[in-house]
Amino acid sequence: MIPASFDYVAPQSLTDALAALAEHGDDAKVLAGGQSLLPILRMRLNAPSVVIDLGKVTELQGISDEGDHLVIGAMTTYAAVLASEAVSTHAALLSKAVATVADPQIRHRGTVGGALVHADPAGDVGAPVLALDAELVIAGQGGATRTVPAADFFEDLFTTAVGEDELLTQIRIPKHTGWGAHYEKFVRVSHQWSIVAVAATVRAEGGSIAEARVGLTNMGSTPLRATAVEQALVGQSATEEAVRQACARAADGTNPPSDLNGDADYRRHLASVLTRRAVLAAAGA
Amino acid sequence: MTVTENQAPAQPEVGRARRRKEDQRLITGRTRWTDNLQVPGMLHLAMVRSPFAHARITAIDVEAARKARNVVAVITGQDVKDEQGSLPNAWPITPEQVTPAHPPVAVDEVHFAGEIVAVVVARSAAEARDAAELVDVDYEELPAVLDLKEAAQDTVLAHPDLGTNKSALWVFDSKEAGTGGDVEDAIRQARDGGVLIEREFRQQRLIPAFMEPRSVLVDPTGEQITMWTATQIPHILRFLLAAVLGVPESKVRVIAPDVGGGFGGKLQTTPEEFIAMVLARRLGKPIKYTETRSESLLSAHHGRDQWQKLTLAATKDGTVTGFKVELLANLGAYVALVGGGVPVLGAFMFNAIYKFPAYHFACQTVLTNTTWTDAYRGAGRPEATFGIERMMDELAAELDMDPLEVREKNWIKHEEFPFTTVAGMEYDSGNYEAATARAKELFDYDALRREQAERRERQDPVQLGIGVSTFTEMCGLAPSRVLGSLDYGAGGWEHASVRMLPTGKVEVVTGTSPHGQGHETAWSQIVADRLGVPFEDVEVLHGDTAISHKGLDTYGSRSLVVGGEAVVRAADKVIEKAKPVAAHLLEASVDDLEFSAGRFGVKGTDKGLTIQEIALASFAAHNLPDGIEPGLDSDATFDPVNFSFPHGTHLCAMEVDTETGETRMRTYVCVDDVGVIVNPLIVEGQVHGGLVQGIAQALWEGATYDDQGTLVTGSFVDYTLPTAADTISFVTENTTSPATTNSLGTKGVGEAGTIASTPCVVNAIVDALRPLGIHDVEMPCTPERVWRAIQNASAGSVDETQRDTAPHFDPDQPNQDTPDPEGGAR
Ligand SMILES: Cc1cc2nc3c(=O)[nH]c(=O)nc-3n(C[C@H](O)[C@H](O)[C@H](O)COP(=O)(O)OP(=O)(O)OC[C@H]3O[C@@H](n4cnc5c(N)ncnc54)[C@H](O)[C@@H]3O)c2cc1C
Repeated sequence: MIPASFDYVAPQSLTDALAALAEHGDDAKVLAGGQSLLPILRMRLNAPSVVIDLGKVTELQGISDEGDHLVIGAMTTYAAVLASEAVSTHAALLSKAVATVADPQIRHRGTVGGALVHADPAGDVGAPVLALDAELVIAGQGGATRTVPAADFFEDLFTTAVGEDELLTQIRIPKHTGWGAHYEKFVRVSHQWSIVAVAATVRAEGGSIAEARVGLTNMGSTPLRATAVEQALVGQSATEEAVRQACARAADGTNPPSDLNGDADYRRHLASVLTRRAVLAAAGA
Repeated sequence: MTVTENQAPAQPEVGRARRRKEDQRLITGRTRWTDNLQVPGMLHLAMVRSPFAHARITAIDVEAARKARNVVAVITGQDVKDEQGSLPNAWPITPEQVTPAHPPVAVDEVHFAGEIVAVVVARSAAEARDAAELVDVDYEELPAVLDLKEAAQDTVLAHPDLGTNKSALWVFDSKEAGTGGDVEDAIRQARDGGVLIEREFRQQRLIPAFMEPRSVLVDPTGEQITMWTATQIPHILRFLLAAVLGVPESKVRVIAPDVGGGFGGKLQTTPEEFIAMVLARRLGKPIKYTETRSESLLSAHHGRDQWQKLTLAATKDGTVTGFKVELLANLGAYVALVGGGVPVLGAFMFNAIYKFPAYHFACQTVLTNTTWTDAYRGAGRPEATFGIERMMDELAAELDMDPLEVREKNWIKHEEFPFTTVAGMEYDSGNYEAATARAKELFDYDALRREQAERRERQDPVQLGIGVSTFTEMCGLAPSRVLGSLDYGAGGWEHASVRMLPTGKVEVVTGTSPHGQGHETAWSQIVADRLGVPFEDVEVLHGDTAISHKGLDTYGSRSLVVGGEAVVRAADKVIEKAKPVAAHLLEASVDDLEFSAGRFGVKGTDKGLTIQEIALASFAAHNLPDGIEPGLDSDATFDPVNFSFPHGTHLCAMEVDTETGETRMRTYVCVDDVGVIVNPLIVEGQVHGGLVQGIAQALWEGATYDDQGTLVTGSFVDYTLPTAADTISFVTENTTSPATTNSLGTKGVGEAGTIASTPCVVNAIVDALRPLGIHDVEMPCTPERVWRAIQNASAGSVDETQRDTAPHFDPDQPNQDTPDPEGGAR
C-alpha cells in the first residue's frame, strides 16, 4: 500500500532531531527501523505530515560497558544486540528474547528503542527489559534528560513515558553476569508475535535458586513482572516439582487479551506452564 | 547462417532431475511480472471498497476526489452499469441454479465487505490512492448473513431480491445412476448388527495467498486491446471478456507474463480485470491496477468452506457397505467462475480408493455475505479425501482395528484395475498395496506404534499420534465430453505447436499457462527426447493469446497429462512431416528410413540427415519433393478420454503437548504414484509445496470474520501462513503405475500433496488424543482448540468441537439441519 504523502527530514545529531521534533510537534513521527511505523503508514492508520528519520543520528547507536551497567543506544538494531558478546554475557535474557523477534530481515532493521517506544504488548523486548530492572533515558527539549525505571516506562497499550516532544536515547541495563536466562515464546507459526511469552532469568547457587526475575509478554496492556513467582522461587531447588509449585500462580494479577490465538483463560493457563519451563531452562535444569 | 549441430542427449531427458530453466529469471526477479510493465501514458486505478458486508448504497460523493491532483476520472457503478456486464459463472451446476448478477463495480447494493463501489483513475498510483480516500459513500446497512448453516435456513438473505440463499442442490445417487446399491438399505442394515459411523466435519475457509498479488494492465491504443494480467487462464479470460463485454474476440489479446503463483486463486475472471478493460476503452488510455496484499486477502476469491455430514455403514469386520455424504458449501456473495462446481469435483472422490457398494452425495450450495469462494488447490478433492479418510480412521477406532488394515480391507486391489467405481469413474491404473507397503517401511510404522504405546503407558505429557491417509483424485481436467455432461461451460482439450526454426532450434507453443510449475523445463525435456535435439535448444512459449492462440490454461493438475500429451503429438507430427523430405534428400524410400536420436538414417547404410538439417532444407525449400509444403511446423490438439488418477499413501507422526495443546510434527512420509515422472525434481517440489499447503489447512490457516462481516484475518499477522521454519524435512518417494490414457504414462501431481496431508495430520492428532475420548478437533487444530478438547474430555464434558462430531443424527442432538431440502432419509 502507499502511505499518504509526507515530508522527510534526516537530522545528523540528537540536538537537531529534538529541534525538528519541537518544530513539527504533533504533525511529526519519528522513524527508527520502520518495522512498526511503516506498516502503520502504509495501511494509512496514521498520516504524519513530517517523518523524522533517526537513521543518521549515530550517537544513538551502539552498546557500551559502563562498569555495573550496559548501555544500549536506542537506535541499536536487534541484529547488533544479538551480535554483542557484552549483552550475551551480562544481560543474556535480552539476547534470548531478541533472537525470537520476527526474522533476520526485520532484526536487521528494527531497533530496541523503536520497539520499546512502540510498546506493543506482544513485543518481545519489553518483558526482558522489565525483568532486568533496566532504566530508560529520555531526552527532552533543551537537552534535558531524565531516567525512568522500566517499571514506570510502560504506561498502557502503545503508550510509554516518552512524551511527544521527547526521544528515547538509551537503555541502561544493570549487569546480570552469571545469571541463567531463557525466553519461552509461544507461537503458532515461527514468524508470529508472541501469543504469550515468559522472560526468566535466574541466579542459581548450588542447585537452588538464589534470585529470580520473571517478565510476562502479552498478558496485559503492558509487559508485566510476575513478582509473586519471583518471591516464591527464592530458595527453591531447581527441580520440576518445586518450580511447578512456585509458578502455578504466574497469571495472578494479569489481564490478558482474547483474540484469534486464544481466549484470556487459555493465556492464563499458558503463562503458568511457560513460566515453569522458562525458569527451569534458565536454571539449567 | 550457423546451423545447430545435432547433439542428441546421451541419456533420455524424461526422468532427469533437471533444475528448472525458468528459475534463474524467476528467483532473481529479472523478469516481467505484470506490475513491472510500463506503457507510455499509463494511468493508475485505486479502488474504493465497501467496509460493510451488506448495505444499500444511498449516495456517493466523488467531487473532492475528482478535483484532487492528477485525477483523470472517478467512476461509480451507476456510471458504468450499462457497459460493465456481469462477471461470468462458467459452471451452473443445475439448470435451476440461483445465480445473482455480479457487477464488477457494485451499483445499488454491496454483498460483502471488500466489494468495489467506486474507482479512481489518476496519473500515478499514489495520487489515485490519495483521491480514493476522498470518495464519500453513504450506506444504509442491511442485515448480513455470514454463517453457512444459518444462511441455509433462509432467515436472513444475502441477496434479498433472490428470495433464497440456496443456490443449487446437486445430487448423485449410486442406485439411481446404476453404479451401485441403495445407501439407505446399507444404513438400515448397519443400524442393526453392523456399524454406523456418523460425523460432521468442518472444512474451514482458506485464502489462496499466492505470492504475487493480482495485477492487470490494459493498453487499448493499438489495433487490438492488449491485457497483461496475473492470471492462470489467459485464454478463458479472453473468451469471457469478449463474450461479456461484447468486444470482438479477435480484437482482444490477453497476456499472462510471468505469474507468481495461483493455487486456483488466479483461476478467475476478476472485477478488477473487467473494470480495467472497461475504463481503458472508455478513456482510450493504458490503465494499470495492482492490488495490495490487504485487498488480495479481502477480495480475491477464498476457498473450501463446507460443512460435511457423513454417514458410513459397515459390517463388523470393517467392510464398508455404504457411504452417504451431505454437504453445505459456502459460495460467498456470488457464484464465481467455477463456483458451485468445486464441491461437485469432490462428488466423484468421496469413495476414494475403495470399493463401496452404495454411495449417495448431495451438495447444497449457499450464498452468504462473505467473500466469494472458488477453486483452491485440490478444489473439491481435498474436501472429499478429508471426509472419507477421517471416517476410515473413525471406523478403525470403532472396531479397534489398525487404520491401515481397515483401508486395505476396502481398497481396490492392484489386479482389479481398470476399475469402475460406485461414483462411475473408471480408474485406469494404480497399486495401493505397493505405495502403502513402501510408506510403512520408510516410516517405521511398527516402531512408532511401540513408542506411542510407551508414552501412553507412562502418561507422558507429550503424547504421540500416528496419522494415516491414502488418496486418489481425478485430475487432468478433462475429457470434454464428461465436462459437457456436467454442464461445465468449456471443454478440456489442450493444444500445442512445435516449430522447427531454420537454425535447428525448436519452439514449442503450449496452451497451458504455467505460473510456477516449471512447464518450460518439462516440455523441453519431452521434446528433446522426442525430436532428439538438445534440451537447451527447446524454447517454450506460452501465456499470450497472440502467440499461443489456442489453449485452456493451467489448473486441475491438467497441464502435463493433457498439455504435455498435445506436445508429444505435435512433435510426432513434425517427424512425420520431415520423413518424406529426408527420404527425398537421401534418395531413399520412406520405408527405408529410421528415426532415432534426432537423425533419419537409411537402414543398413551410414547415410542420414539430422532433423535440424531437414528443418533448414525445408525452410530453404529449394529441393522438396513434389506436393510437399515448406516447413515442418505442426499442431496437435489432445482431448483425453479419461481423467488422470494419481494416488498415494501418507503417514505422519505428531507429538501433542497435552499441557499447552501445541502440536509438533515428528515424521512425514508419503509415497505417491503419479505415473511416469518427467522430472523428479519438479515432482518433489510440487509434492513438498502441496504437503505444506495441506498441513497448513490442518494446523495453521483459516479465514475468519467477526459478527459484522469484517475479515479478521485481513493481513498476514492474523492469517498465519507457515514458512520453511515451521515445517520438517519430508520423506517423499514414488511408486509407478503408468497411466494408460496418455502416451507418456504420466498422471497429475500439482495437487496431490495438498489432498492427503490435511486428513493425515488431523488423524494423527486425534490418534494421539483418542484414549482421552476425543474423536475430532476442528481445523485448524490450534493449540487452544487441542487444549480445550483435552480440558473438556478430562472434565468429562463435551466441548463444542466434540458436540459437532459426536453421533448427532438422533432427534435431540445438535447439527440436525440437513442440506437436503426434501429432508433426506436417515
Ligand atoms: C513482519 C513483522 C514481524 C514482527 N514480529 C515481531 C515479533 O515477533 N516480536 C517483536 O517484538 N516485534 C516484532 N515486530 C516489530 C519489530 O520488533 C519492530 O521493529 C519494532 O516494534 C519497532 O522498532 P523499529 O526500530 O522498527 O521502530 P519504528 O517502526 O521506526 O518506530 C516505532 C515507533 O516508535 C517511535 N520511535 C522509534 N524510535 C524512537 C525514539 N528513539 N524515541 C521516541 N520514539 C521513537 C516511532 O515514532 C514509532 O511510533 C515485527 C515486525 C514486523 C514487520
